[in-house]
Amino acid sequence: MLRLVAVRLTHAVPVLLIIAVLAFLLMQLLPGDPAVLMAGDGASAEAIQQIRERLQLDRPLWEQLVSWVTHLLSGDLGTSLTLNQTVVSAVAERLPVSLSLAVVSIAITVPVGILLGVIAAAARDSWIDVAVMAIALLGVSVPSFWIAILSVILFSVTLGWLPSAGYVPLSDGFLPWLLALLQPAIVLALFQVGFLARMTRSAMLDVLDQDFIRTARAKGAPESRVLWKHGFRNTLIAVLTVVGYIFSLLIGGSVIVEQVFALPGVGRLVVQAVLARDYPLVQGTLLLFGFIFVLINIATDILYVVVDPRVRYD
Amino acid sequence: MTDAALDPATVAPSALQRGAALARRLFRHLSFRIGFVIVALLVMVAVVGPLLHTADPTAMQMRFRFRPPSARFWMGTDALGRDILSRFVHGARLSLVIGLWVAILSGIAGTIFGVLSGYVRAIDSLVMRIMDALLAFPPILLAIGINAALGPQVHSVIIALSVSYIPRTARIVRASALVVRELDYVQAARISGASGLRIVLRHILPNSVGPLLVQLTFVFAYAILAEAALSFLGIGPPPPTPSWGNIIAEGRDYSVEAWWIMLFPGLGISLAALGMNLLGDGLRDVLDPRLKIEG
Repeated sequence: MLRLVAVRLTHAVPVLLIIAVLAFLLMQLLPGDPAVLMAGDGASAEAIQQIRERLQLDRPLWEQLVSWVTHLLSGDLGTSLTLNQTVVSAVAERLPVSLSLAVVSIAITVPVGILLGVIAAAARDSWIDVAVMAIALLGVSVPSFWIAILSVILFSVTLGWLPSAGYVPLSDGFLPWLLALLQPAIVLALFQVGFLARMTRSAMLDVLDQDFIRTARAKGAPESRVLWKHGFRNTLIAVLTVVGYIFSLLIGGSVIVEQVFALPGVGRLVVQAVLARDYPLVQGTLLLFGFIFVLINIATDILYVVVDPRVRYD
Repeated sequence: MTDAALDPATVAPSALQRGAALARRLFRHLSFRIGFVIVALLVMVAVVGPLLHTADPTAMQMRFRFRPPSARFWMGTDALGRDILSRFVHGARLSLVIGLWVAILSGIAGTIFGVLSGYVRAIDSLVMRIMDALLAFPPILLAIGINAALGPQVHSVIIALSVSYIPRTARIVRASALVVRELDYVQAARISGASGLRIVLRHILPNSVGPLLVQLTFVFAYAILAEAALSFLGIGPPPPTPSWGNIIAEGRDYSVEAWWIMLFPGLGISLAALGMNLLGDGLRDVLDPRLKIEG
């Protein structure tokens, strides 16, 4: 097991390196001179030059790249131009918010999506089946920020059930934390539930066609046992793949939802950083998002072995 | 189109006949029909709309602020007294133009990278690693970054979104290229001296068109949603250019009192994306039955 983790991580190194280089190059495309920006209005050419030297912006591009990668290896992502703190601490401060949102959202999506998918497969062409298809289609067609605003009008403004914005840390108690995240998490989940249900359904349909299912029914196993123990158990690989993918979709989705619900997470940070042309911060957050994506994929690969002992990577 | 001297039954169907047969099969597919009607309606709104409804989408009439939908202002007016219907129509045009360009550009670039990667072994691993790395950034984030780099303009939104979706189209084309290059008749063509370029143009590209087209309809839908999201975040085409996303952003502060400002553009985005997704579902089932998700 440990060996497997080590092998997977080693294989990921080239991709991680390319991600780091891409994150660096992308920011080099940004117009505007960060030195001018930092020096402020009416700064002398000398002051600008000083800042440029301090940030090493006067060096050739490849030298900057090498220095960015070597600093990266020692866990140093530079200092934000606008926030007066290091990129690592700025991100670390906001990561719990984004993670909380993702966790609550996944905790809603996974059981609901799987349940809907299994029911839809068991009751093919019933109204539940049609509803699952419709939810999946709406999930890829309706803009999340629009639903978020409509949801705030209904649940916060009209009914007054849920707060419309803001974040409460977990240390202030579980319930206030959950209450603050419930609405954004449900909005995010709304867009993933249909997708998960649809994929679970098609994986279930494949399995339910097989001989051993007929055998299980023939020997008199109750239908619920056939569905869950014989059927669903064998779709876990497919379901796990989709859940991993959904987790990475949540990262992108959080950028917009955090904005609407004024949650101080990493998604909001990156939008602010782009608007303020805070190069190191944008670079750092892009890199973080990229790394998380790769790590989720590795975790999914490894979990395959756990949910299905037949899978081997030797 | 067959030669009169030949018996039509013995000659292979012409391109036109095959096209007609394909269209018949597509229109038998319910989601394709619905999607086609929705998209056709929106295209009509975008093309004909500005000619019929000539109100200036940026003209501010302070006398008519926050008018609810009425016979005079079908979709009401916004905080600056601008006619929402006319902004909606221009927004539709912008959304469809951006979606179309993103589909075209990411299709072309994806085809180039996909063919190179699937046909030229030597660079396959490098190109695909770069695509993997690009895929690791959430598209909306990548688009935000690129768009900020290029400045807030319509063409930078198009470039940003195209780059974000290249890895997806490149993978599709590469997958077909990998399959086709090993087929017996392609091997035979190679042995008989066909050049690499000829094999790519005659065999690999025609075989990738189906799956690529399916993917591009979905890219079209993503692009409409992503453009709206960028505009909503204030990183889209600059105001006062009306875009569905920035109409919603501007109407957000009045979403309770003046619900009509954000309602109609939201419906527009949803309909456009829904239409393209339905079209894509239909195309996928007909062109690429192996991918069918139905049970």
